Amino acid sequence: MTTPTAVALEDAKVAFRLADERIYTAVEKAHLTVAQGEFVAIVGPTGCGKSTLLNVAAGLLKPAAGSVKIFDRPLAGLNRDAGYLFQADALFPWKTALDNVAIGLEIKGTPRTEALPRAQKWLTSVGLGAFAGRYPHMLSGGQRKRVALAQVLIRDPKILLMDEPFGPLDAQTRQVMGNLLLDLWSADRKAVLFVTHDLEEAIALADRVVIMSAGPSSRIIGDWRVTLPRPRDIFEVRLDREFHALHREIWSVLKDEVMKGYAQSTQAAEAV
Amino acid sequence: MSRLTLLALQVLVAVVCIVLWQVLSTVPVFGKILLPPFFFSNPVDVFSQIVKWFASGVIWKHLAITLWESILAFVIGSLGGVLVGFWFARQPTVAAVFDPYVKMANALPRVVLAPIFALWLGLGIWSKVALGVTLVFFIVFFNVYQGVKEVSRTVLDNGRMLGMSERQLMQHVYWPSALSWMFSSLHTSVGFAVVGAVVGEYLGSAAGLGYLIQQAEGVFDVAGVFAGMFVLSAFVILIDTGVTLVERRLLVWRPTAADGRG
Repeated sequence: MTTPTAVALEDAKVAFRLADERIYTAVEKAHLTVAQGEFVAIVGPTGCGKSTLLNVAAGLLKPAAGSVKIFDRPLAGLNRDAGYLFQADALFPWKTALDNVAIGLEIKGTPRTEALPRAQKWLTSVGLGAFAGRYPHMLSGGQRKRVALAQVLIRDPKILLMDEPFGPLDAQTRQVMGNLLLDLWSADRKAVLFVTHDLEEAIALADRVVIMSAGPSSRIIGDWRVTLPRPRDIFEVRLDREFHALHREIWSVLKDEVMKGYAQSTQAAEAV
Repeated sequence: MSRLTLLALQVLVAVVCIVLWQVLSTVPVFGKILLPPFFFSNPVDVFSQIVKWFASGVIWKHLAITLWESILAFVIGSLGGVLVGFWFARQPTVAAVFDPYVKMANALPRVVLAPIFALWLGLGIWSKVALGVTLVFFIVFFNVYQGVKEVSRTVLDNGRMLGMSERQLMQHVYWPSALSWMFSSLHTSVGFAVVGAVVGEYLGSAAGLGYLIQQAEGVFDVAGVFAGMFVLSAFVILIDTGVTLVERRLLVWRPTAADGRG
């Protein structure tokens, strides 16, 4: 009857064993779904475990309790349907931009002669057609993110997991990258789970914004639908009246958590 | 400073040193020669000795032997270092078990091994190769070990998420990372391969630059000793230039390391 849900976390709990044998619970009873073609952003204060949740969906972390289902099937091992865009630089520094993009195909056994032209096409579509021969260290932070985006998208994953991918970039570059992402996404509307600490970015990009409480044992405390029309322009949408109303509404909830998170981190610092 | 001025100044240093050496060893200062020729020889004698070696062609045989020993020591030592480095980095238990022995072996001054190698492998080239291998092996081993262990977590996770199998991770992530560490120590390991060869020859052999120097010393032929040293230095500089060229070609993807360690 219904199409399967792309990502479904049910009562997922994530815990780590600390060095002194205490158990640290990062995320408690997280319930989160991403429908096919849906763009969901997770926002929360620093250290609330939003990246942890993403790693659970990627299969890089195993939940201590609860279940993870990808297209209605329990996830075992790594999530093979997902492409993951990392916050830190994750390109292979010893490969050129072109080889970095082509590797996604070559791993699957695509012959190099076929992988290279397709990689070149992807580089062009992220605006780096002329930079194919450059090594990552010769590219700017924004350009590296573009290569990383092409590297992930060339494999055509059904789900896109993004961990503050534009976090290290400057404000202008972030907006440009946001628009690029929306352009590429609107072509085939993959399911997206996008982690960010920037509420404005979340509202501008996503269909749904999910708010997490301050850690430890953080939980999902809010879920807003963003009904701003698409296609959106990140520059324009921020001037929209609806955008402001939504921002004010979400921020009133998020603010308390941010203050809590801040207080906890300073206390922790004093305790040390 | 322009390259030309720099080169001029570099040449000037050599000229001043050689002229001082020549003057002080031939012209008496206050009725006394400061550098007695018996102990210090003089540049002209040293130079004519070098010319004689090259003119008669004797030097080629010795150079070839030393070069051959260095190459063998470098190749065998590197291969061993890469294999064991990989093995240890991927098998932490093995690394933990052997750790004290690796440290012990590395702490040992390798010169004391030379007589044992001569005993085991004779006075031919293999005892010198063995000495070079013990030097090269540890440098390459430690670098490869470090290179495999210090692969960035994110790059590794990225490889996994892109669908790499363990074997593909080896080929696309661990191997290039280890190789880059190994290449960054290329100057040191090649240098040590030559040191192993020459020290080995010096302590007992029938050919090679080390043998040449040792023979000259045996008959108090100071000019011969200096001539041998100069030929050896030129030889090492040539090899080092070659290494720099190889390095520049292989490490194009690295930001600065190529000229950082030079």
